Amino acid sequence: MQRNRLAVAAAAALAATLAAGCSGAAQEPAAPAAQSSAPAGPVKLTYWTWVPNMDKIAAAWNSANPDIQVTVSKQAGGDDAAAKFLTAAKAGNPPDLVQAEYQMLPSFVAADAVADLSGDVAQAKGEFGEGIWGLVTLGTDAVYALPQDSGPMMLYYRQDLFDKYGIEVPKTWDEYAEAARTVHKKDPKVFLGTFSSKDPGAFVGLAQQAGAQWWSISGESWKVAVNDDATRKVADYWGGLVKEGAIDDQPYFTPEWNKALNDGKLLTWPSAVWAPGVLSSNAPKAKGRWAIAPLPQWGTGENASGFWGGSSTAVAAKSPNRAAAAKFATWLNTDPEALGLLVKEGAVYPAAAKGGTMLGEAPDYFSNQPDFWQRAAAISATARGFTFGPNVNVTYNAFKDAFDKAVQDRSAFSEAVGKMQEATVADMQKSGFQLAQ
Amino acid sequence: MATTTLTAKGHLRVAARRRPYGIAPTAILLLGALYCLLPVSWVLVAATKSKAELFSTSTFAPGTGLLTNLADLAAYRDGVFWLWMLNTLLYAGGGALLSTAVSAVSGYTLAKYRFRGRNLIFNLLIGGILVPAVVLAIPQYLLFSRIGLADTYWSVLLPQILHPYSIYLARIYATAAVPDALLEAGRIDGAGHWLLLRRVALPLMIPGMVTIFLFQFVAIWNNFLLPFIMLGDDQMFPLTVGLYTLLAAGANQPSLYNLILTGTLLSIIPLIALFLTMQRYWRTDLAGGGLKS
Repeated sequence: MQRNRLAVAAAAALAATLAAGCSGAAQEPAAPAAQSSAPAGPVKLTYWTWVPNMDKIAAAWNSANPDIQVTVSKQAGGDDAAAKFLTAAKAGNPPDLVQAEYQMLPSFVAADAVADLSGDVAQAKGEFGEGIWGLVTLGTDAVYALPQDSGPMMLYYRQDLFDKYGIEVPKTWDEYAEAARTVHKKDPKVFLGTFSSKDPGAFVGLAQQAGAQWWSISGESWKVAVNDDATRKVADYWGGLVKEGAIDDQPYFTPEWNKALNDGKLLTWPSAVWAPGVLSSNAPKAKGRWAIAPLPQWGTGENASGFWGGSSTAVAAKSPNRAAAAKFATWLNTDPEALGLLVKEGAVYPAAAKGGTMLGEAPDYFSNQPDFWQRAAAISATARGFTFGPNVNVTYNAFKDAFDKAVQDRSAFSEAVGKMQEATVADMQKSGFQLAQ
Repeated sequence: MATTTLTAKGHLRVAARRRPYGIAPTAILLLGALYCLLPVSWVLVAATKSKAELFSTSTFAPGTGLLTNLADLAAYRDGVFWLWMLNTLLYAGGGALLSTAVSAVSGYTLAKYRFRGRNLIFNLLIGGILVPAVVLAIPQYLLFSRIGLADTYWSVLLPQILHPYSIYLARIYATAAVPDALLEAGRIDGAGHWLLLRRVALPLMIPGMVTIFLFQFVAIWNNFLLPFIMLGDDQMFPLTVGLYTLLAAGANQPSLYNLILTGTLLSIIPLIALFLTMQRYWRTDLAGGGLKS
């Protein structure tokens, strides 16, 4: 009987909230106000992140700052994390701090889920490269997050097998294509590389290198140019290689791909600075045989790269402790001690410029290349800036659909880029964004 | 009543002796069993493989890394896996118990009492069966946020207590298993509603309640979306959500496949144990019910 009564009470409470929900949003501001008038004790912050060992890094902060105590809650990373944060922000109980991937940050901004920190973190600007800083300002005067880690792209290649097949490290994409044909001719089971139709992040990085600018903000309106010349050039380059069979077309991060890496059937991987972690766990057999070089370039004399992945630390708009949260975010991403911990415990490549000096010894997997981090830092400095739009998930899904089909039908990749543009524009119009023509 | 069951049983026995479909039903069942057991056996084998073996050795070749995997899993973030296991036990065990209690009482009431609005309530419940729980998760999250219960143990327990299908099952079972005459006799002897429920109805309904408990336990044990949306604090995660954080570790961290597979293997052991123990209980009670009628 007791249990029955409990169920009735719960049902009544739910009904009451339903009624409250109908009576409008007038209640909403009540909660933060109540919290800010609470007696002054240590400020308690919650932080959603998926960086490994972030709790240890936060513990270092907590012991030095008794007034601001940060509780880390480790979440699943990726798109689901963004959806979860947006839902929590909408419901009015987001965490104070959240890890935001660069491509997701604009959708947080569009939903008013993250705070503008320009008043709190102005002095941090000098700590970051211009390209990375642009990722958190979206090209405006506001600052929506502090950059945490970045993923400058470079060319990972099998040094031993390059020697075996007698090919040079390609300096341009033309040389890369030539090398792909040579390798595949010498051993039809071996490919120089593969084009993944499942990883829009990698494609965006390569498009950035060519100078693509998919989104830009002018005044109050967005400009969408997913199908700009640079992107079409990159798409058709890879489309041509896939069509003639010079490179493979299997996606990254599958068991088959792992096996191909492990068995030396794939000789290169244009990837980001975080690749050692992936390679060491997915292709343990090839330890000490990989090396890095800058990405092949589009023209001789050019020297550019792009970003694949990376994330920032944002503060929720509804957080009652914005200043304290911004203080922690600044410490985490600019203080030498924190950067050192990020590198050591979190295994991330810090976005801050001085983060590069924290990285001394090369990753164990790359023990054959002792200057790994120095090279990576030099390449990182050449990465081009980029602005993401408010509906990257739509664009990315369109990428997967259109490129899957293009790979299957061996049709032109630039058409697939056209489909991405259409899907992106249609979705933004439907969501009510102002678009510049 | 007794004679009809007898003749029905007689027919069944004759049909069984003739076996008009040969071994076809057995073969289909075997295929079904294979279909269900193959993935489980894959998990069993894959959990024994070390990091290096997982993607390089042939699929069903056992590996050598089981002990290392177990040790790694136990050491992962100071043993957070065991905490998730306890949380899951709390959600599934507590939720299934509460749900069974609510369902049994509601089902019995709907089956044996006539009151105004009974059919309306029952039809609403039937309608509730048609609404998948997945659809409700986000509205429930918004409601729980309003009453300040989001990100608490209650936010995962409460929504799973009221389960329309279980109430429906309990009603059907109570209709069949609790004879009106028995309740009538109890009333004549002066028993009140509470006593009738406790001493007459519930004991008769136990096999049905065991079924409901098992269904709910498994459903909550496997539930992912509700806790994923409701919970932000990783100390309160159940296994499903916890293991997912190992899988979706972000682009720049490799997924911890070894730990996930070992964790998955460990997480199905309690379910298997529960079924093996509860199954016995189930069968004796079904037989007991048969004897009484």
